[in-house]
Amino acid sequence: MTNRHVLSFTRRRLLVGAGAGVLTGATLRYANAVVRLDITQGNVQPMPIAISEFLGGSPGDAEMAHSVSGIISNNLQRSGLFAPINPAAFIEKIVNTDTVPRFADWKVINAQALVTGRMTRQGDGRLKAEFRLWDVFSGQQLYGKQYFTAPDNWRRFAHIISDAIYEQLTGEKGYFDSRVVYVDETGPKDRRVKRLTLMDQDGANLRYLTRGDDLVLTPRFNPSTQEVTYMSYGQGDPRVFLLNIETGQREIVGNFPGMTFAPRFSPDGQRVIMSLQQGGNSNLFVMDLRSKATTRLTDTAAIDTAPSYSPDGGRICFESDRGGSQQIYVMASSGGGAQRISFGDGRYATPVWSPRGDYIAFTKQAQGRFAIGVIKSDGSGERILTEGYHNEGPTFAPNGRVVMFFRDNGQGPSLYTVDITGRNELKVPTPGLASDPAWSPLLS
Amino acid sequence: MTKTKIIRGVRFAALFAAALAVAGCANKPGEDANASMGSAATPGSQQDFVVNVGDRVFFETDQVDLTAQSRATLDKQAQWLNNYSQYTFTIEGHADERGTREYNIALGARRAQSVRDYLVSRGIAANRMRTISYGKERPVAVCNDISCWSQNRRAVTVLNASS
Repeated sequence: MTNRHVLSFTRRRLLVGAGAGVLTGATLRYANAVVRLDITQGNVQPMPIAISEFLGGSPGDAEMAHSVSGIISNNLQRSGLFAPINPAAFIEKIVNTDTVPRFADWKVINAQALVTGRMTRQGDGRLKAEFRLWDVFSGQQLYGKQYFTAPDNWRRFAHIISDAIYEQLTGEKGYFDSRVVYVDETGPKDRRVKRLTLMDQDGANLRYLTRGDDLVLTPRFNPSTQEVTYMSYGQGDPRVFLLNIETGQREIVGNFPGMTFAPRFSPDGQRVIMSLQQGGNSNLFVMDLRSKATTRLTDTAAIDTAPSYSPDGGRICFESDRGGSQQIYVMASSGGGAQRISFGDGRYATPVWSPRGDYIAFTKQAQGRFAIGVIKSDGSGERILTEGYHNEGPTFAPNGRVVMFFRDNGQGPSLYTVDITGRNELKVPTPGLASDPAWSPLLS
Repeated sequence: MTKTKIIRGVRFAALFAAALAVAGCANKPGEDANASMGSAATPGSQQDFVVNVGDRVFFETDQVDLTAQSRATLDKQAQWLNNYSQYTFTIEGHADERGTREYNIALGARRAQSVRDYLVSRGIAANRMRTISYGKERPVAVCNDISCWSQNRRAVTVLNASS
């Protein structure tokens, strides 16, 4: 979608400004990355970073460019890993992104990294975004890139640039160029209207995907296309549906003899795994979306639900009360040989596998309280990230470092994020009550 | 929070009582509207079922077993449904809000199934009933304590209007 390639600033021009060789992003990488944030440590001190006001390369683009700086700053700040410096403290005013900054001016205000950029409308109507990431103390460009896209997509530039900065400075992929699908809730609690809602991970570009006529629950992204699967009430039994978020086309998944719920895509997007209710039993089934072939994966008199694939597709985690109470189990994706992995006090529910494969996030109920936690797939390393009256339904950011969930303190649900370290808990802005979030993969 | 408590059954009964009070005044002045409410429902009507038989049973936390009281209610339901065999109906299973969404959907389904199995055991034809679970999505009592949760853990026998 977005046309990306490495900036080809001319060496000569930069030499004029800097008196030193400056390399383009692709070749530089970490070789000279003096500034580097180690996020593997427990306690990360946020890195002071200066996001200079992006320039409007053509008349009328200044406001958009300014907004891009703000979005980048907001993204980095919310990650908890960066401390964007208040622009009021800036000494140098960047007027040309092709010249080297006066690093001394940025050192004085304690910036360790500096971001400069420009947005320019092209003759063909497209928008060009350029940015550079500078290491203030070594006085070097760490990275530089330019991107082209349709003007409507301008906010994505800000997210893509944020991801590039995050990756250059932490060594791990970012998660800002992503979206969240969730359930918007309106009306009194006993007659709640629920709508599937799509937004950028920062709350922008909000769009309602359903009108609220039918009760909708637990939307989940397809990892490879612009599709969500969810449960909807309507005529007859409640069913698992597929919805194309671009075309609005909707279809029922499969022709099962009973209610289907708790759907999730396989990592390749070709299959949907879900629960089928038959009598008092809930078992796991998977359906191939092309061949429509369905396969039973569990056959118990228990409630087996909330299945989630490991990122390689080889295993499935799910919750089951087959042992007497809700607990997390892991089995091969072909079914069989389920092993219980949760053994702490209380009940464990809604397991979801991290895209990195390292952790499974869950909801835990104990002593009348609801916590969000993570545990390794072998059952070790359990860690509670947040706890309170009601927290539920974790979903991982594309890089597996942040978990989003919903919290209801009794006044209705809202979305929150927390690092898998348990730090940096933040409310996610939504216009109304919000539940059942699902984070998309990176869009690019 | 208890002020915001809304119980559908009670609200319905109150409306019904208000209507009765007007009619009742002429015939039996001074009689308590609530006391006369039951007898006024047309036998065999949906109101009769809701008011005189009781359309719902309640469950303990995370339980699907029928209590003695629930079985007594369902015995009355079965008798009524045998008398008025023209009705088809839906058993709605519900959970309180103190559980996770997917589990509660399955739990509500189990509760509906418990009621279904009991009614079948009392001679009601299985083809007259269907079950549906609403999980924790449709509470009738709204507050953040046990007084509401206990009313929301329920299975409701809903007569189909068209039957």
